[in-house]
Amino acid sequence: MSEPDLLLSFLTKLNALTGGVFLLSAFGLVAIRQMLTCLRLYVFQSLLLAISASIIGYHYASIHLFAVAALTIATKVIIIPWLLRHTVGYESYAKREISQVINIPASLLIALGITILSYCIASPLLTAAGAGIFERVNLPVGMASLILGAFAVTVRREAVPQVLGILAMENGAFFAGVSIAHTLPFIAELAAAFDVLIIALVMGLLALKIRKTLGKTAVGELIALKEE
Amino acid sequence: MELLCILIISALAAALSLIPMGKRFAPVVTLLGTMAVFLLSLRTALATVTGGEVVAVKDWLSCDSFSALILLLVSFVGLAAAIFSWGYIDATVEATEDRKIRRYYSRFNLFLFSMLAVAIFSHLAMVWIAVELTTLLSVFLVSFESTPEALEAAWKYVMLTCMGAALALFGILLLYWGMSLAATQAAFTWTGLIAASPKMSPAILYTAFLFILIGFGTKVGLVPMHTWLPDAHSQAPSPICALLSGIETTTVLYCIMRLLPMFQGSAASYAGRWFIIFGLISAGVAAFLLIQAKDYKRLFAFSTVEHMGIILVAAGLGGYAALFGAMLQIVSHAVTKSLCFFSAGVTLLATGTRDIAAIRGLIRISPLAAIFLMVGGLGIAGAPPLAVFLSEFSILKAGIMNGQYLVIGLLALFLVVAFFGIMYQINRMVFGSPEIILMDERTLLFGRSIIPKRNILPLTCIIALIITIIPVILFGIYLPEQLYQLFHHAAASLGRM
Repeated sequence: MSEPDLLLSFLTKLNALTGGVFLLSAFGLVAIRQMLTCLRLYVFQSLLLAISASIIGYHYASIHLFAVAALTIATKVIIIPWLLRHTVGYESYAKREISQVINIPASLLIALGITILSYCIASPLLTAAGAGIFERVNLPVGMASLILGAFAVTVRREAVPQVLGILAMENGAFFAGVSIAHTLPFIAELAAAFDVLIIALVMGLLALKIRKTLGKTAVGELIALKEE
Repeated sequence: MELLCILIISALAAALSLIPMGKRFAPVVTLLGTMAVFLLSLRTALATVTGGEVVAVKDWLSCDSFSALILLLVSFVGLAAAIFSWGYIDATVEATEDRKIRRYYSRFNLFLFSMLAVAIFSHLAMVWIAVELTTLLSVFLVSFESTPEALEAAWKYVMLTCMGAALALFGILLLYWGMSLAATQAAFTWTGLIAASPKMSPAILYTAFLFILIGFGTKVGLVPMHTWLPDAHSQAPSPICALLSGIETTTVLYCIMRLLPMFQGSAASYAGRWFIIFGLISAGVAAFLLIQAKDYKRLFAFSTVEHMGIILVAAGLGGYAALFGAMLQIVSHAVTKSLCFFSAGVTLLATGTRDIAAIRGLIRISPLAAIFLMVGGLGIAGAPPLAVFLSEFSILKAGIMNGQYLVIGLLALFLVVAFFGIMYQINRMVFGSPEIILMDERTLLFGRSIIPKRNILPLTCIIALIITIIPVILFGIYLPEQLYQLFHHAAASLGRM
């Protein structure tokens, strides 16, 4: 085996490992009960996104993907946790157990179903496109994390885990994005990173407002508005 | 150049509104800003009347007939809402809370900025960001009144629509992938996408389409992703409701409809079928939910879901006539719905309650509010000869010409149900012996008690009502030639070549 092949196979395996752990962390965001662990898991997931972006960036020799990785670390690993801590307040994000609509074993089973489903959706796409090795990992894993994030938002009753669910959805979309849309103009990536920051800021401020007005952040218990 | 100016002016107005320069400064800046934006949009629209394109930055900022139509609509409703806000905010927020007033106008301008950006951006990634910003910049307008209900509505709104936006983002990335695989040199814009679509892998195209339809459909309020819509659209202050219901939903629907020409030939019926399925379900469910509404702003919010369904069905039917009907419906719905929410706003000012069952004989309590509410109700229900009637009629006619009898039969049934649902509720409020059965929520509504001279409506509110009632009545009987041409080119641009 020649040297470039060896390097490629190493990069592929590293990326596959990253993808696997990424998926695992998406499961964690659905099932872990401690709020602080959830937040750390999100940071870890964002780090994995940055790693995958760097691996693919190295392969395609694309400086732009390295910039995406740096941007991801700056916004999602540093600013967002800081932002959530300062807007929502330490009290309501760190020291709570999260209550859930569906119990944890059942949610994990559903999460498993979601993952299988995303592989089913993704595989015809990969065949149709004659996709490369990186897409084969990133597309299904990204799609699974996207839908798992949506699932986390629906089952969690607390504000901060719901926000993390939304942010995990974005992470999933970008995890697929770094492999399938690695030539996207940089200004779009920059705007998207900015957008994620605004999401965290707006949701954090709203959660703070809810806590100040209602004295709790258990948004799942807000059921005044519904059809009779 | 106009396009850049529009964006700059609305962003500037947002910044200037924050300057503490007396009570009147923020409303005046907002009014001047929206007026300038409206005139510039009118100029842009007139430039595209012949089917041309206005380009500010190639591949990034441009407007063709369809987007100019949306741009014009956004700026028109924005102007009317700015005028209405003047009187409404005066009457509902204590003058001493001038910080709150400044923040309101600043957010109002930012919200308008994001909606204008959806129409002006042509690069898909930027369009997605603009759509996401329409949510994020309007959240605090929904929660403006800071009641527990408003906060709940705002939370549901931001959560569900951001979930939808993430799904749509995935769809857009898939489209980008499809385009780069097809190895075309076209830019990732609406026109580039349509040019590249025949070479793209159908599997990717279909999957991306469904992700975007469901993702953006959440924001349009398609059933079953509509649950946040009646809450947010009923809890926000009335001028904001007009923006949310009248044009925010429309701008996102515009993004979905823009995908239609990607599907050519036999694939066209694939996209059309999904449009019709979602459209009919939305129109049907909303028509029946209308009947049980207990809050008149909620009633109009459900009617928005219904109308989004109708427009989607019209777009799904395909063919020039149906698409023309869809364009008409987009415009007539937006202006009529603004009229409805403005009249709901003055009714709220006059009575202090949002409860339908609490209001009787509004025509004697506040004749002006009652007349506008009646015209708004008739207009949105689709009574002849008002604008919505004409557009709904042309959609039904186009459908029958296409031979889609089942779809049209169901649609007509839902239209009739919605008509009676809306008119039954409005009649109960407008006629009868005058009384307001006030619950204890009277003082809660704005966080202070209602003004004693309650049957005197603020002048600016009346001006805004008159501005919106003109197109509602006019478009039912007469369509200006330029507007007709704009509709024509917009419909043709969506047509299948």
